[in-house]
Amino acid sequence: MLDLNASAQAAAPAELGQSIRGGSGPAFDRKARLRWSNSIFRVACIASAVFVCLVLLCILFLMFRTGVLTFQNVSFREFFFSADWDPENDRYGALIFIFGTVALTLLTLVISVPFSVVIAVFLAEVTPSWLRNILRPVLDLLVGIPSVVYGFLGLTVLIPLLRDLTGNELADGLLAAAIVLTIMVLPTISRISDDAISAVPKKYRDASYALGSNRFQTIVRVVLPAARSGILYAVILGMARAIGETMAVVMVIGNTAQMPSSLFTPTAVLTSNIVMQISSVEFDSTWNYALYLMGFLLLVISLLMIVAVRFLQKRGARES
Amino acid sequence: MQALIQIEKLNLFYGAFHALKNVSLEIPQRAITAFIGPSGCGKSTLLRTLNRMNDMIQGTRIEGKIEIGGTDIYSGDVHVETLRKKVGMVFQQPNPFPKSIYDNVAYGPRLHGIRGKKQLDEIVENSLKAAALWDEVKDHLKRSALSLSGGQQQRLCIARALAVEPDILLMDEATSALDPISTLKIEELAQELKDKYTIVMVTHNMHQAARVSHQTVFFLNGEVVEYSDTEKLFSDPSDQRTEDYISGRFG
Repeated sequence: MLDLNASAQAAAPAELGQSIRGGSGPAFDRKARLRWSNSIFRVACIASAVFVCLVLLCILFLMFRTGVLTFQNVSFREFFFSADWDPENDRYGALIFIFGTVALTLLTLVISVPFSVVIAVFLAEVTPSWLRNILRPVLDLLVGIPSVVYGFLGLTVLIPLLRDLTGNELADGLLAAAIVLTIMVLPTISRISDDAISAVPKKYRDASYALGSNRFQTIVRVVLPAARSGILYAVILGMARAIGETMAVVMVIGNTAQMPSSLFTPTAVLTSNIVMQISSVEFDSTWNYALYLMGFLLLVISLLMIVAVRFLQKRGARES
Repeated sequence: MQALIQIEKLNLFYGAFHALKNVSLEIPQRAITAFIGPSGCGKSTLLRTLNRMNDMIQGTRIEGKIEIGGTDIYSGDVHVETLRKKVGMVFQQPNPFPKSIYDNVAYGPRLHGIRGKKQLDEIVENSLKAAALWDEVKDHLKRSALSLSGGQQQRLCIARALAVEPDILLMDEATSALDPISTLKIEELAQELKDKYTIVMVTHNMHQAARVSHQTVFFLNGEVVEYSDTEKLFSDPSDQRTEDYISGRFG
């Protein structure tokens, strides 16, 4: 059957062995080239990884280096625990802004998470497929709308509406900002949750139905728990976006350095205060340093968020 | 043996596809009935009409009648959730929930309103014992069900199905994803369970049907070619196509 001559057959294994051994002979060129391109590629990869880390460290260092100068003139206690922000008279209490950021983020989550999860369940479980094929791209487009546009929406539609509803003279404040942020993060949270819910295997649903549960019970007792880590991931992404959002918040929060006594009192948060004041302060002043320190605080908060995301992802991967 | 399930002139369509053609069949109580036939012959489809799992597939249309204990399960006043509670199902791929072993078995009872810790403990223990899994898992009921082996997972699914006290147990190729030893365990289990439950199993393994069932139904292209006592069907089939299939000439 094999028509090859015997000597060629006999030579083949030896040649093969020779080419594997390498270092000389016809295989050398290719091996050397491979070795070179491998090592160059490796260096390039490591260099870009190091570069990205360096950029992050530089940003952190830059913000910290300038921000920490605040404490030359302001005590640690005053900055973090005093609500008296009056830089013209050398009073630098940032509590209002820290409180504002935390309160705004929490309020946003309280409003947006239930809505988003309901939307996600609706999209993934209830909607007929033709409607789903329209809604998903629409939500994806909403994610990309610039935040300043959402700010306009809040300014021209939401605030007059809130004024009429509550009878307040001014409706700027935490609630207005939280609603605008909710509209902003809703598409993000609901689309990622939607993906998490859609990824729950059909076999879990089958098992649940076969035990006599209805659709609602199946969603609440099986599907949502199984999609839990994905939904948490979506919530934290939305939260990170809400914390760092500046433009939309500036336009509706009122930008007044006062502790809010209600949801409709004009106040300020870290981001809005930085962006409103940074262009009007002297370069080498404590005021300037304090704004840098506030930026550093924001950075630390959002980094912690990202660490939390990683942690949750790992845990989710281990569970499934 | 008394017939528990009666199927009369059943036709099922997936859209334009005629999946079951004029199927008439009687399934006896407290015995094992096996559905055999080549892939795509409609045996799983018929099984899934018995607990109305086909309802969830869009474009499914059914004509004819399926009676369980004299009640037409496709008539308007049948409560589908209660039907599924009474007609349990075990799937081809073991599909325990990503929860603890305990919570998997307790899922059904909790669903149907049982809350007491003591009562749940008892149901979980009895169901796991009935599924011959208790001795292997009794010390770590809180462990994730996904940490079990495939065969253990399948027995857990059987325990989960038994926990809601069904009368009928449907097994849809329940051993096809398992190794031979796990398969043997499930077969032995089925033998024990038949004294209390009516079991209907789909299998692509003719030897399994011959080993465990009392009655065998042979399907081909959506039709029932022949059904009779297992012994007779395998030793003296009355239809030429049945003989060709069981002697391995096709399928």
